[in-house]
Amino acid sequence: MATESRKPPEGPPAVELKNVRKVFDSETVALDGVSLAVREGEFFSLLGPSGCGKTTLLRILGGFEVPDAGEVRIAGQDMKDVPPFHRPVNTVFQNYALFPHMNVFDNVAFGLRMKRLPEAQVRRRVEAMLELVQIADLARRRPHELSGGQKQRVALARALVNEPKVLLLDEPLGALDLKLRKELQIELMRLQMELKITFVYVTHDQEEALVMSDRMAVMRDGRIEQIGLPEELYERPRTPFVARFLGTSNLIEGRALEPHAIETPLGPLRVVAELTPGRDYLLSIRPEKLRLSRAPSGGPNEVRARVRDIVYTGAENQYILSAGELELIAYTLNADISEPGYEEYDYGEEVFVRLPPENLVVVGG
Amino acid sequence: MRLLLRIHTLLVLLFLYLPIAVIVVLSFNQSRFGVQWRGFTTAWYEKLFNNPRIALYAENTLVVAVVSTLIATVLGTLLAVGLYRYRFRGKGLLRFLLYVPVVIPDIVMGVALLLFFAWVREATGFFRLSLFTIILGHVTFQLAYVALVVKSRLASLDPALEEAAADLGAGGFATFRYVTLPLIWPGVLAGALLAFSLSLDDFVITFFTAGPGSTTLPLYIFGSVKRGVTPEIHALSSILIAASMAGVLLGRALLRRR
Amino acid sequence: MVVPALFMLVASFLQRGPHGTLVGPPTLANYLRFFGLTEAGFDPLYLLILARSVFFALVVTLITLLLGYPLAFAIAQSRHKEALLLLVVLPFWTNFLIRIYAWIVIFQKKGVVNAFLGMLGLDPLTLYPSWFAVYTATVYTYLPFLVLPVFTAVERVDWTLHEAAQDLGAGRFRSFLHAVWPQTLPGVVAGVLLVFIPALGTFVISDLLGAGRVILIGNVIQQQFGVVRDWAFGSAAAYVLMGLVLLGLWLYARRAGEEGLDRLV
Repeated sequence: MATESRKPPEGPPAVELKNVRKVFDSETVALDGVSLAVREGEFFSLLGPSGCGKTTLLRILGGFEVPDAGEVRIAGQDMKDVPPFHRPVNTVFQNYALFPHMNVFDNVAFGLRMKRLPEAQVRRRVEAMLELVQIADLARRRPHELSGGQKQRVALARALVNEPKVLLLDEPLGALDLKLRKELQIELMRLQMELKITFVYVTHDQEEALVMSDRMAVMRDGRIEQIGLPEELYERPRTPFVARFLGTSNLIEGRALEPHAIETPLGPLRVVAELTPGRDYLLSIRPEKLRLSRAPSGGPNEVRARVRDIVYTGAENQYILSAGELELIAYTLNADISEPGYEEYDYGEEVFVRLPPENLVVVGG
Repeated sequence: MRLLLRIHTLLVLLFLYLPIAVIVVLSFNQSRFGVQWRGFTTAWYEKLFNNPRIALYAENTLVVAVVSTLIATVLGTLLAVGLYRYRFRGKGLLRFLLYVPVVIPDIVMGVALLLFFAWVREATGFFRLSLFTIILGHVTFQLAYVALVVKSRLASLDPALEEAAADLGAGGFATFRYVTLPLIWPGVLAGALLAFSLSLDDFVITFFTAGPGSTTLPLYIFGSVKRGVTPEIHALSSILIAASMAGVLLGRALLRRR
Repeated sequence: MVVPALFMLVASFLQRGPHGTLVGPPTLANYLRFFGLTEAGFDPLYLLILARSVFFALVVTLITLLLGYPLAFAIAQSRHKEALLLLVVLPFWTNFLIRIYAWIVIFQKKGVVNAFLGMLGLDPLTLYPSWFAVYTATVYTYLPFLVLPVFTAVERVDWTLHEAAQDLGAGRFRSFLHAVWPQTLPGVVAGVLLVFIPALGTFVISDLLGAGRVILIGNVIQQQFGVVRDWAFGSAAAYVLMGLVLLGLWLYARRAGEEGLDRLV
């Protein structure tokens, strides 16, 4: 789909896939005709549940799997029959895959030494890279003497020191605890901006993808469900899967009455999108877009509901509401009770729920 | 119950060491015949060391063990790495075949090799039974043991390590040389030690693949025993017992240090 | 290894020529002869030897199990298990022939046993050559093969099951039978195979300690390749033996998988 990018494309895409297909053991379809282009200098994420094909896609880029059909280009070059050790990419592996018999320095120097660079140059570049990822003092340590976060930095340094055209990252933060993960997310974004290397980042963590990516693709069952900017995927999911996978969503079925009106279990609703009267649609609205009030506000798409349950999460209140036979979930920011317009609702209370037409997105027809 | 187990252990250990002790003690006995103790002597050892043929047989035994171990270690390691790294047709069968030399009665392997060598000799005039055929025979079973030991070491290896090497620009050989081999080295060493001691321990394969002029110590012992028991053989056996025990202890110490 | 085996397969279908060479045409005669079907009528000579060999190997395995199973247990529960294990495998690393030879010295007419009996004023026994000597030496030779896999299995036993069973009122023996024995079974099966198969194929032990009076299938094969020089029949006999072993191994591999095969190494 055509999207606006924050970075205008320069030259050929860093990565280009056309109709890539991969079948394992002649029955498991890992990739079912995937096409995508990653722009140069972009932080691109592949997001999806396990088994969706995102790791296979990354391994095809790295050269560890050979696609059964389709074309793979990296920096404009066709990668057919190009083995991993001749590709202009480097990989940060899921469990780091640091060489246990080498110290940090030798791990990072490995790629440069394979290129037979003079040792003085190797030394200079490795030291600069260790400095950049802030582990210069660990150069003589062996991998088993490092913490998870330190190993991650070594793995990054080992890949980045080769100045790849594209850096492939396979769930690099998956094994770390939450706090460290947040830290390294910021670190990764800083490195990417500084080095201007294209990142292809595989993750199953939707929040990570939303925070870090310039653009992202949501994958499912070997296909790409949607590609775009993070906010675009979040605000305007095109399929129920994307709507549900990226955060929580209220899904409402209905049949179009007019181009901008639809009959739903909540009653007739107005939408911005253009509908074909008589056809069935599935609508999605994010919980934080629902507007709750005690008295009717008079705006469009307002329905009555009853508070069935309240979940307090600290930053927000989550209300589970029954509206007729439908269940809706609404988030309200936990502001001060004295804030004008701020309300808290009680169990069993009757409330008015407004679904702003501009936030009602068609995710299926 | 505990006491019973202890007594049992003691008796079995006695059973295990009785024959060895008998040989060693008798090798220092002055009596040429029988087992009556007639006083301490090292005469049989002196006689043994003055026998030039024994030196030759010992040399043969060692040459076979060293050369076959070297060949089997290299080939066995490569076989294990090949099985680990590549997918190909018939791989499952090959993997099963690896276990066959380990369990098949050695006589079957011995006669099969004898027949094979005879056949090749007939066809090419090559492969006279000699140290060379013994070495080949030993390699056939050592190979499997080395490959299995290395294989178990490879199984504990993270497959991503070889991929990481390739990702960083190392071709197949460089990956093997700088990443795989250093990591499986303890397994290779253990396999080589096992192969070496199997070669020294073997009698049956040697028996069927040896020819004139390629007598090894076990063959010599076999021949002598068929003619009757002598104190020289006691002495020779005692030396071999001591050497193999020292070898095992040394090997263990070596492997433990890694 | 495979190539010689294929050569032998071919040989087993040929005939003995003059001077012990192998000549065609291909024939089933060697196998028929082994199974007792000769031109002169049914002659179960070799079948009987095979049956005797199987019986021999079974008894050896049973004795080894009776000796080795408690031993493996004792070692696994000992404080000095490293040292004990080393003590058990150490003799196994000395040349096989020396270990056999030692038993001749013990059992021969003027050997250790009879010298001992003489000291007690008893009459000497004829222990060598004898079946008894062959059994003793075979058990002796293959005992470590059983102890090692059983030891590994015992080390992995989950003792809480044993305690739970006793807690539920099972007697010591019943609790052992239901909670411990099944856990060690994989090790026992591997050990049994490791003893049974070489015992079935031995010829050196029976040759040396039986001095020609104990004939097992291994001796038949060796004689055909040695004195008799009927390589065709020898190959057929070797194939019968190998067939038996491979069948057993294959059945085992199907049930226990590669992990089970690894227990044999």
